[in-house]
Amino acid sequence: MLRCLFAVMMVLCTVTQAAAQDLQSILQTHAEEVASPSRNSVGTLLDELVASGLPQVPAFLEQWSDKNVWQRDDGLFFIGIEEDDVLALRDVDSGEDSTAAADGFTQLKPNGGVRRVIATAMVQFQLLDPDLTRRETAIASIARRPEAAQLAPLLASIEDETDAALRARKIQLANILTARFGETVEVRIAAIESLSADVSVEARAVLNQILSTREGADIEQPEGNLARLLNPLEAPDTYYAKLVDADLAPAPQSPDDIRRALEANIVEGRIGDIPLVQMDDPTLRIAAYAQLADAGVVPALITPALRDAALARHVFYDLYDEPDPQITTAAQTALSSVEARVGAAQVADLTLDALSLASIFFLAAIGLAITFGVMGVINMAHGEFIMMGAYTGYVVQLFIPSYTVSIFVALPLAFAVTFGAGVVMERLVISRLYHRPLETLLATFGISIALQQIAKNIFGTQARPLTSPDWLAGAWVVNDVIQISYIRIAIFVLALLFLGVILYILRRTRLGLEVRAVTQNPGMAASMGINPDRINMLTFGLGSGIAGIAGVAIGLYAKVTSEMGADYIVQSFMTVVVGGVGNVWGTLAGATMIGFGQKGIEWLNPSNTLAAQTYMILLVILFIQFRPKGIVALKGRAAGD
Amino acid sequence: MQSSFIARNPSVLWFLLALSAFTVLVSLLSEAGGSALISTSFLKTLGKTLCLCLVAIAMDVVWGYCGILSLGHFAFFGIGGYAIGMWLMYERTAEIVTTSLDSNILPPTPDEITDAIGSQIFGVVGSNDFPLIWAFSHSLTLQLLAVVLVPGLLALVFGWLAFRSRVTGVYLSILTQAMTLALSLHFFQNDTGLRGNNGLSGLQNIPGLEGVPQATVSLWFFWASAFALGAGYVLFSWVVSGKLGSVIRAIRDDETRVRFLGYHVESYKLFVFTLTAMVAGIAGALYYPQAGIINPAEIAPIASIYLAVWVAIGGRGRLYGAVIGAAVVSLMSSWFTGGSAPDINLGVYVIKWTDWWLVLLGLTFVAVTLFFPKGIGGLFDLLPRRKGDTK
Repeated sequence: MLRCLFAVMMVLCTVTQAAAQDLQSILQTHAEEVASPSRNSVGTLLDELVASGLPQVPAFLEQWSDKNVWQRDDGLFFIGIEEDDVLALRDVDSGEDSTAAADGFTQLKPNGGVRRVIATAMVQFQLLDPDLTRRETAIASIARRPEAAQLAPLLASIEDETDAALRARKIQLANILTARFGETVEVRIAAIESLSADVSVEARAVLNQILSTREGADIEQPEGNLARLLNPLEAPDTYYAKLVDADLAPAPQSPDDIRRALEANIVEGRIGDIPLVQMDDPTLRIAAYAQLADAGVVPALITPALRDAALARHVFYDLYDEPDPQITTAAQTALSSVEARVGAAQVADLTLDALSLASIFFLAAIGLAITFGVMGVINMAHGEFIMMGAYTGYVVQLFIPSYTVSIFVALPLAFAVTFGAGVVMERLVISRLYHRPLETLLATFGISIALQQIAKNIFGTQARPLTSPDWLAGAWVVNDVIQISYIRIAIFVLALLFLGVILYILRRTRLGLEVRAVTQNPGMAASMGINPDRINMLTFGLGSGIAGIAGVAIGLYAKVTSEMGADYIVQSFMTVVVGGVGNVWGTLAGATMIGFGQKGIEWLNPSNTLAAQTYMILLVILFIQFRPKGIVALKGRAAGD
Repeated sequence: MQSSFIARNPSVLWFLLALSAFTVLVSLLSEAGGSALISTSFLKTLGKTLCLCLVAIAMDVVWGYCGILSLGHFAFFGIGGYAIGMWLMYERTAEIVTTSLDSNILPPTPDEITDAIGSQIFGVVGSNDFPLIWAFSHSLTLQLLAVVLVPGLLALVFGWLAFRSRVTGVYLSILTQAMTLALSLHFFQNDTGLRGNNGLSGLQNIPGLEGVPQATVSLWFFWASAFALGAGYVLFSWVVSGKLGSVIRAIRDDETRVRFLGYHVESYKLFVFTLTAMVAGIAGALYYPQAGIINPAEIAPIASIYLAVWVAIGGRGRLYGAVIGAAVVSLMSSWFTGGSAPDINLGVYVIKWTDWWLVLLGLTFVAVTLFFPKGIGGLFDLLPRRKGDTK
């Protein structure tokens, strides 16, 4: 009998054992959880599924997460895809395909939170997936939300990784995970130390997480890994509020509280023995409140002396969440070394930014450097030539859909348009005003407001886009701190190109020779057979044309509006004046100085670019006091005057 | 023989006569005068125009007579407006706050009043503390002093720096323009303490005059503006006549030669620059209570350039020219851009003056600079002159 019973039990056991080897039965033991999983409890089920080591688990998890698992009315689960009320079913274990009417099935729809938990569980399978992109996705998902459980599968997957880049990434990520979740202190410290050479945002985040602290206040210094003790007298009211929050001290009374307490205790026009009408005196209010407190009507007033005494009785501290001081010390050291590297990288990044800003100023000002610097003509409409160039680019893009082609069409076209406008303006207006510079300023200003308004009438007030081609869209990323967009690099290259071209024209060509001759002495130049009118016209056209090209470049990274020229005109004049009039190198120096100065000020006060501009202008005004002729001043007879 | 000031400057008498006649006429036609042919809003426009004329003659003195093309005088005008605006806004808010606090059971303490005013004024920029520059805003006397002294001091420091290092001509123009730009950018920031781009508003409500109808208040401001313009005209006529005026004009024509003659050119320029800045401040202080609102866009560089445009169109180097230019151009601007000018239908295209007025103004300005450098005022030279009347 006993033997018989034993035999039955043996059989039953075997059956259970055998049942545990297939997925359906595991699912059936947790049928409730599978059918309507919740984020907090689904973990147990997933652990069991993973622990079973069944090869069909990853596929099932994926289908489950994609809402492709259906439950038949008898409780069995299938993978299924619905099409016209017909389900194409697949058995979760055997993979046998079948079809059935969708009527007898319910679709399982795990919510977003559950799907995230499933995704985390799937990561370990995905890490070993033969498909490279799936492995990369898995790594990205670990990087987004690192967890202790991921460390072991991640470490295990490194060895078999074939892709070199992904392998490096896995090692880096494993390092980060080890720093936080490593088994032993030694392993963690080693990982933390290796992070000190990493300036990535991830590494810094992980170090900061290790160093996370919580504030506290207590009568005695607490047990635990103490980060620092705080001095409550630095901000007594804030620290007192913490005591109140921790129920260690009675709440203080704000002036409003005092007022309300007094208002509630008016007896026959008096509070205590002080008449109501005298309550506009703050000291009497406190006296009245003290009387109420003495009578026991209101809680005693927390005076500054009482507050400070309470603060002195307590210890205020920051406690690390990480209990082991060795690890926090290592993290501290690593973080300060990372921060030093980040600081250096930021300086490099700032330098790149400043260079890029300088090249924009240079581009905007170089045309002006020719018309104002070489010819001495103040052209307040210069900014509008920039605007015209940008709108030319916009119009070209309306007709040519390919952004690459349109940019290469727009650049010469913008030059042609503004060159023409410049020549017309020089012939009609400026040539009549050569000996009246102040009036040139005013007349060109008149042209500037007319051009601005005409642009507004044609193109409207809203900003028009000038889209850059795809190959200029990205950014050159050195690391998480140093990066610069390709557009800015292109503008920098363009600025250098302009510098070269203009220097070449002015120094090496016949035109440049004649321009310099006319600039220095028009009468003498004319008697040598140079036609000053023609030279002036061409020079002005050249300066305007360059403004047009600058307009296309500026339009690529800023919006094109009718007022964009006005934004640059004052800056451009300052660039030319600071650099030194009459010299292309001076404009370069001026643009560099203003660009670096502005970025430097922005760095000191990052929240406020307006302030940076303001202070930069003030600096320029002061600078001109000391070097009225600019950085690169002409000497001797060429200086004119 | 020394003839009298009026005899040497007949235009002063004519100008004062015309201004008085205009003031009387407008007063009679205004709503407060009884006949209501001139609406209160138009009366305000006329009053504002008089203030613009005042700042225009200041500009004319500094540019037309002294040859300094300052592109920053409208900044001084704006500072004057801000100075008086601070008092108006403080006092007005204080009245409102005191009234609302009166309903409290306890009489308010001084701290409570200040806090309430602070949060009323600076709530829009997310603050309720009084910045340092508002320290005197409770006192009309001190703020009135600030109307004159702050622009004066700024002009003095800026001018001293610029003239000392012999920055002249277009360089000075660009420098003054940079100053205006810096100032407007500064005012645009919320933490400057002047309410950022919200500016100061509600300035047309004069504290203490709640019982007086706006029509009457506007008329008073019109009178004050007319008086200020008259006084300014006399002051500047005195400045530009006589020996002082001769030196100033000589500086315009050849600065170096004047210096060689032994005059301290910088002092003269600094005097003119500072004096005109102070007058511009007064003009602004009269203008903005009539406009009702001031914000940093008012002192953008473009405003100062328009000032130069008025003077150039009116005819620089003669004070009445500046007045004519400012009045004609600013009134025409408000007429054209106000939408009351009739559109011109060309069949294929309708010219809307709100769109095309600036184009017309810009081109007119070019034409005036090219062909009529003397401006509208130059027309007076065409009048037949008495024989023997030399300039």
